[in-house]
Amino acid sequence: MTTETTAEVGAEAAFARPMDLLRFATAGSVDDGKSTLIGRLLYDTRSLFTDQLAAVEAVSAARGDEYTNLALLTDGLRAEREQGITIDVAYRYFATPRRKFIIADTPGHIQYTRNMVTGASTADLALILVDARKGLVEQSRRHAFLCSLLRVPHLVLCVNKMDLVDWSREVYEKIADEFTAFAAKLDAPDLTVVPVSALHGDNIVSRSEQMPWYEGPSLLHHLERVHIASDRNLVDVRFPVQYVIRPQSTTVTDYRGYAGQVASGVLKPDDEVMVLPSGFTSRIAAVETADGPVPEAFPPMSVTVRLTDEIDISRGDMICRPNNAPAVAQDIEAMVCWMDETRPLQLGGRYVIKHTTRSARAILRGLHYRLDINSLHRDESAGELKLNEIGRVRFRTMVPLLVDEYRRNRTTGGFVIIDETTNRTVGAGMIVEAG
Amino acid sequence: MTTMAAYQVSHLDALEAESIFVLREVVAEMERPVLLFSGGKDSIVMLWLAQKAFAPANIPFPVLHVDTGHNFPEVLAYRDQRVAELGLQLLVASVPEALASGLVRESADGMRNRIQTPVLLAAVEQHRFDALFGGARRDEEKARAKERVFSFRDEFGQWDPKNQRPELWSLYNGRHQPGESIRAFPLSNWTELDVWHYIARERIEAPSIYYAHEREVIERDGMLYAVNEFVRPRAGEERFKARVRYRTVGDASCTAAVRSDADTVAKVIEEVAATRITERGATRGDDRVSEAAMEDRKREGYF
Repeated sequence: MTTETTAEVGAEAAFARPMDLLRFATAGSVDDGKSTLIGRLLYDTRSLFTDQLAAVEAVSAARGDEYTNLALLTDGLRAEREQGITIDVAYRYFATPRRKFIIADTPGHIQYTRNMVTGASTADLALILVDARKGLVEQSRRHAFLCSLLRVPHLVLCVNKMDLVDWSREVYEKIADEFTAFAAKLDAPDLTVVPVSALHGDNIVSRSEQMPWYEGPSLLHHLERVHIASDRNLVDVRFPVQYVIRPQSTTVTDYRGYAGQVASGVLKPDDEVMVLPSGFTSRIAAVETADGPVPEAFPPMSVTVRLTDEIDISRGDMICRPNNAPAVAQDIEAMVCWMDETRPLQLGGRYVIKHTTRSARAILRGLHYRLDINSLHRDESAGELKLNEIGRVRFRTMVPLLVDEYRRNRTTGGFVIIDETTNRTVGAGMIVEAG
Repeated sequence: MTTMAAYQVSHLDALEAESIFVLREVVAEMERPVLLFSGGKDSIVMLWLAQKAFAPANIPFPVLHVDTGHNFPEVLAYRDQRVAELGLQLLVASVPEALASGLVRESADGMRNRIQTPVLLAAVEQHRFDALFGGARRDEEKARAKERVFSFRDEFGQWDPKNQRPELWSLYNGRHQPGESIRAFPLSNWTELDVWHYIARERIEAPSIYYAHEREVIERDGMLYAVNEFVRPRAGEERFKARVRYRTVGDASCTAAVRSDADTVAKVIEEVAATRITERGATRGDDRVSEAAMEDRKREGYF
């Protein structure tokens, strides 16, 4: 064959130091310097390439920009560059020797809520930017609210453009105090505030000499070390069955394995388990991967579970523990973010809900209130939810869903709403309670 | 599994788990999936993950190679070997046949990147595929940075970047009408370096042209092209021997090599980690056509 030059020599050394993975979402409006901050993180971690930079410089120069517009790095689509706007969530990647990072970069203005909710849904951490000269604005509060709605476990507020306020400790502390007070009301998670100048690189990778009064970590230092391992739910065993593996083979016979990704909890051989919605119980015979059996499985591992008994299990079922199970529910109370511009969410509307590996037809039976995300005022007279609006609703599903509260489990508590006629994804839901 | 602290997984394990989830999700929800296989490193890794996702059963879908007719012989040999090892059904959508039948016409510059698209779409229609696995990664190119893991295509195979389905958590919406389809990208969150680290860790064999070797080349537009039946020296271009390797594998007429001494996986990783130019910027004549070359091809139904 063509080559023997595969992974023989020195391959071990090449991945000797395992890194973990941190996903974070960035939020801020155009003028807060979000693109500059991301550009700075990519540049200073050597994740920005010279041809990318050259392309951006060339476009900037051709447009007559006075400085290289790093926003062009993330604005990938023709319409975005032509109109100078960001349309969609862009994913960016960089790594340090400690961690690999995935940035979901969400635009500040157009369809803001939809994109932010999308970016925050998978984020371990959210990074919110404010301009030190302007302080907290309505949008900063909205960002913080959406992060708490989506239960992003870690929040970082970057007070940017500190160079333009003479590196003032007073300015920084006023903003930090105000934001901390606001975040407390939101039942917000772990909060860190960092004064930075993205343009000059102060407190981005290393501690700034301009702000000796600041004793906290640089932004990158924090991103590299923030403890995310305990954000995972290792208590409630939830294994949504994704696919049943039954080899049609003469060498492997009588094999029946339930493939899926562990949503939460730890699964081990010999554990007693219950399968929902049937309620049958059995024991785990083995937890397997293509590389062989493993002693235990936990999130986010993709594995195949075999049971000691032959029971009828199919996609959409959930493996859990007899004494710790999700609710089996057809009435779903949830906070919903509506994402469709063509049709609003309406009482009596028929949809498909996709939840874990299970889909169910559903009718909207209740719309309790629409939430004004700036004032947090509840409008109980609202008759519908339009694009980017958030409200508390009740769905009735045709078949039961196997659900937990979103605040306890982001995987078994979240769902998307699909329009049956257009097949579009029209909303996102976070389960508040299941009856 | 790489050992980490209790109940933590390494970034490669997390990426692997996510990719396997995507592969299984497509097979569970779609009627007729197919995996686009070029013999390039990304499709090699994707095929490896497919094998893992369904073990001990066989991979439950065929693979499709869109053959431009401009191939590196090492890559074709690799393709055939891999398909035989896994007992897969290989389908070939042939650009030369499409040229002969008049489905497409040779473009003025001789590049076959753009005319692959109608050939791919004809194969999709013929076999009624409703899901196509592609090895595209979001770090490759800025239009790709905004593409979904499940990317909806209309009945003309077109991508509408302004009208994409929101994608939250790991809930992928593959619903579609007959004739429409989904492109699924299990490697969306991998970088070039992740792919090489994984190739090293899993000891995956890759075609020899990915490793440094001596080759007769010419320099064109600042890039090194192998001299072969598809690339002939033009007036003023000189042939010379150089030690090179390929960072990407595409159509042999528009894929360039880079100077390199990296003849092992470990050395390739070292080189990729240190390089300051993107793989497409360094090696792909097709992406240099315009600022939005990739976006335009994708809109028309390209991978």
